[in-house]
Amino acid sequence: MTSAGWIRTAVVVAFVGVVELLCRTGLIPNTVLIPPSEMARELVSILEGGEMTGDIAATFRNAVLATVIAVAIGFAVGIVIQAMPALRRSVEPLLASYYSVPTFIFYPVFIVLFGVGDRAIIAIAVLLAVVAMITATLNGIDRIPPVLKKTARIYRMSRVRTALLVELPAAAPYLFTGVKLSVAYAFIGVIASEFILSGSGLGYEIAYAYNNFENRKMYALMLLVLLSVALINSVLDVIDNRLQSRLRR
Amino acid sequence: MRQHLATLLVFAALIAAWQLLYLIAGDVALASPVATVRRMVEMLQTRSFWDNARETGYAFLCALALALAGGVGLGVALGLRRLAAVVAEPILITLYSIPKVTLYPLVLLTFGLGISAKVAFGVMHGLIPIAIFAMNAIRQMKPVYLRSSRVLRLTSLQTATSIVLPAILPELLSGVRIGFSLTLLGVLIGEMFASRHGLGFLITNAMGLGDMATIMAVALFLTAFALVANGMFSSLNRMTHR
Repeated sequence: MTSAGWIRTAVVVAFVGVVELLCRTGLIPNTVLIPPSEMARELVSILEGGEMTGDIAATFRNAVLATVIAVAIGFAVGIVIQAMPALRRSVEPLLASYYSVPTFIFYPVFIVLFGVGDRAIIAIAVLLAVVAMITATLNGIDRIPPVLKKTARIYRMSRVRTALLVELPAAAPYLFTGVKLSVAYAFIGVIASEFILSGSGLGYEIAYAYNNFENRKMYALMLLVLLSVALINSVLDVIDNRLQSRLRR
Repeated sequence: MRQHLATLLVFAALIAAWQLLYLIAGDVALASPVATVRRMVEMLQTRSFWDNARETGYAFLCALALALAGGVGLGVALGLRRLAAVVAEPILITLYSIPKVTLYPLVLLTFGLGISAKVAFGVMHGLIPIAIFAMNAIRQMKPVYLRSSRVLRLTSLQTATSIVLPAILPELLSGVRIGFSLTLLGVLIGEMFASRHGLGFLITNAMGLGDMATIMAVALFLTAFALVANGMFSSLNRMTHR
């Protein structure tokens, strides 16, 4: 691990320690926040008990599906928009203001279209994630150095070969930023939809625990969400760093 | 002129798609464009709508001010120290990608029901993207700027206000643009859960009644507001890029 990594670990550990201390000494009342060690213990017992394995698996499955769909659609749409500059100039303000409208108010539409259950949740998550991918695709294509395209022309490469061998690798780091954001938004979309609207999944279980004043369970599940996000992010970060270092080569 | 035509076509296509969706899904799922606009016009003439809008607007302004101050402060403070930025970035990105709705119970337990919970929720959504953009903008700033500030023996505060902030202004504006949208989203979500006032409450209330026209009308109003704000950011952006 790098020295920055060690410092980061130390910062996180210190933060958790302070929270633990504040909870133990009663400065933060137990009705508001339980000590992190208690959360961890409760989480372990929940995972061992297995009563929530189904919910957790469903949440992750939906998030993965939503990410894959959003990345595929976002990439395709991005390429189409990029190919038509006039369209692009008109659509860009819409893309930029997109995130200020709460997407899940369109849940009733999806229920009618897809029925109650996983498919409606996935649809909302896709709706949330796809715009990040579109924006990243546009950005990625913009950033391809013109000299690479010229080189491809000099070698008389066909359009398909240019796209696969020159443009795609050149845009890859930017596209990956889009993938990273899509993962985050898909996760947010799935959990938020479950939290607000659904009857199953990790988000629902948190809402259910909250409504029943089961603080321990609620915080244990929140910890699980937090840990999952941190883990997913660090894996994506490693891939991202590899791609970024290719840019500087 | 061609550009205006293209914009017009995009809007026409969106409305056509909306109408088509309405024809497929029917009244239960959404309101037709005509019904939505009619409902919105009706709504804009009522006092209660403007009371709610004012409530949301006030919470939003508070949240935006806090998110801006906190985000820029944090971003600049971390960005100026290379090591601090490297240490903090993954932490900030993880915080950014947490589904913040799940933290809502914590916010409610801490702040109670009412405006402070809404504002806190807005700040939670908006602060981090602004900080990330500010921090990364500083890291990509030309090193000569900081060297000249050292030559001139400026204090950290002077460096921040007279060198760093002007240099990162364009990137900062992109961050603020995203922060603006997300803060609004945060405040609205906050209102949807735990409020008896505001546009978010209007939406949840309409959801309970199955009143799709009102939901869509509020959504349309918010979209229009976001588009106008976005247009303002775009022109600001062009000014800073001179």
